[in-house]
Amino acid sequence: MNFKLIADISIQLLLARWKQTLVAAIGVTFSITMFITLLGFMNGLNDLLDGLILNRTPHIRLYNEIKASKLQPIDRTFSYKNHHHFISSIKPKNERLEIYNHAVIIATLNKDNRVLGVAPKITAQVFYNVGAVDLTGVINGIDVEAENKLFKFSDYVTSGNYIDLKNIPNSIILGKGAAEKMLANIGDVIQITTTKGERMPLKVVGFFQSGLQDLDNVQSYASINTTQKLLGEGNSYVTDLQIKLVDILQAPQIAKEYASIFELDAIDIQTANSQFETGSSVRSLISYVVGITLLVVAGFGIYNILNMMIYEKMDSIAILKATGFSGKDVNTIFITIALSIGFFGGLLGLLFGFGVSHVIDIIPFNTAALPTIKTYPVNYNPQFYTIGFIFALVTTYFSGYFPARKASKIDPVIIIRGK
Amino acid sequence: MSEKIIEAKHITKYFHDPLTIQVLKDIDFSINKGEFISVIGKSGCGKSTLLYILSTMDTDYEGELFIDNVSMKHKQEAELAKIRNEKIGFVFQFHYLLNEFSVLKNVMLPGLKLGKLTAQEIEHQAYEKLKILGVQSEALKKPNQLSGGQKQRVAIARALINNPIIIMGDEPTGNLDKKNSEVVFSIFKELAEVYNQSLLIVTHDNEFAARTHRIIEMEDGKII
Ligand SMILES: Nc1ncnc2c1ncn2[C@@H]1O[C@H](COP(=O)(O)OP(=O)(O)OP(=O)(O)O)[C@@H](O)[C@H]1O
Ligand SMILES: [Mg+2]
Repeated sequence: MNFKLIADISIQLLLARWKQTLVAAIGVTFSITMFITLLGFMNGLNDLLDGLILNRTPHIRLYNEIKASKLQPIDRTFSYKNHHHFISSIKPKNERLEIYNHAVIIATLNKDNRVLGVAPKITAQVFYNVGAVDLTGVINGIDVEAENKLFKFSDYVTSGNYIDLKNIPNSIILGKGAAEKMLANIGDVIQITTTKGERMPLKVVGFFQSGLQDLDNVQSYASINTTQKLLGEGNSYVTDLQIKLVDILQAPQIAKEYASIFELDAIDIQTANSQFETGSSVRSLISYVVGITLLVVAGFGIYNILNMMIYEKMDSIAILKATGFSGKDVNTIFITIALSIGFFGGLLGLLFGFGVSHVIDIIPFNTAALPTIKTYPVNYNPQFYTIGFIFALVTTYFSGYFPARKASKIDPVIIIRGK
Repeated sequence: MSEKIIEAKHITKYFHDPLTIQVLKDIDFSINKGEFISVIGKSGCGKSTLLYILSTMDTDYEGELFIDNVSMKHKQEAELAKIRNEKIGFVFQFHYLLNEFSVLKNVMLPGLKLGKLTAQEIEHQAYEKLKILGVQSEALKKPNQLSGGQKQRVAIARALINNPIIIMGDEPTGNLDKKNSEVVFSIFKELAEVYNQSLLIVTHDNEFAARTHRIIEMEDGKII
């Protein structure tokens, strides 16, 4: 078809009503700008918050949980086989938290090509001795290098060098909150008491800040060896295996698999942190809803303007038809008008959206809780821009669809007879 | 020799709103190439209705219409549009020029739609047609800057652009004063005589009709 001619006619009709057209285009521009800005900002925040937890959470954690014996005496009698049992008298025995043969398990896991890496860990309940007061705390005994490789440990060590933990014997990296309470500085030696009553001096080599206040008040890090010594355990003592997978989505399934293979408890990241995913998806949903609402409003504007234009241009449409333009041509003319409003309005919206995002991106955002963040987080995912642009075109297409159909159905005889 | 360009066979038309009335009754006639025909009759006798059917814009009728020996029955809307574009030039009582475009572009539009020539060639043709009608000096103006008579002449130039087999006019001088009517009429006459253009013009002006080759008189939806 002769598209150049159709486009030419569309543009002339557009220009003849350029003020209204401009208003319509600004409507689209505004909604796309808001859409891009909102999505960019919301997702920036999502990434930030997710990163806080997800980057440092193993995709699967293998451990031994202390629980009541599954087999209670009443289960052993056959007379009450089909009854509900609520008598349970055997309490958890002094089961060990230790993962037996962890070296073999690690070796097996490392051979699995779905696994990105494994970091062993010991969690030890301790008391930090500050003068006469004992603060409860948790020391994570970690394999410093593996921890850094898999969970970006060094990012959260705000002062001191993280590798000292490995190189200096009997050293500790204190949580920022805990350190403040203890008035501890780098180089100081602090006293730790274990739950079994043993005391041990540890040298502070750094501070750790996760961004989660509760965590920083209690948690500290030491090397695996130091922690083993602290607990009076041998060097095969490990309580947790933290696994990072190639594909995080496979975590629940692989967790189940490992739980049965190694006869350990396994928890996957999705189960452990389901609330974060919900938060993220709700934030995205809100941005989409706001963006689409704005676009629909803009769409009604376009619909009105096209209807008005068609009403005004009845004569022109009639004569175009009388001189050989088909209903389809007329339809194309009005769809072209609608789409070009969407196209240019949308394109401008993308640019403005990018601009506003960029402005947000350079606004300083300093919070003590988030040491690595200096400005507001913004996500520039091209997907948002693509979706925004497609939305702009789709809405304008639909708002042009009915007026265009109306125009294409105009019967020239009725118009011409009416004069 | 005379070649039939339009042939109407038993054309009958009803309007159903508000009452069913028969507006055209078994119209049967043909137009030969080069003929200059006028259609006259009392107001309301069905002249315009017939013209819209002959021009393919109205498809709701009984009987059969042949244009260039091709039946218009069962043709799609788009095909009919193409036939109008190529074979029929229309001049209405009102000029129907598009104010968004220059006079020249208005004349060119049906030619551009036909798309047989390049834009340049069409522009050249448009100038030629405007020259025949004596309005070439107005080519670059917008239609709303012209006088009524000039507008109607531009509308005639537009009807001529694709060298149609016939020009149809529904009271093309109805809106014009005596002097301008005379000008337009002599243009039609010139087109018929010099360029051998076929014309079918509805008019109320009997004096005008008397100067055409053939007069078709209608009464109550019939040709008499
Ligand atoms: N859309 C319509 N619905 C119902 N009746 C109609 C319609 N259009 C025209 N008519 C009737 O059809 C008859 C013929 O109308 P038409 O316009 O063809 O007359 P005409 O001969 O052109 O008259 P005039 O010389 O006044 O222009 C009239 O009686 C008119 O009332
Ligand atoms: Mg009439």
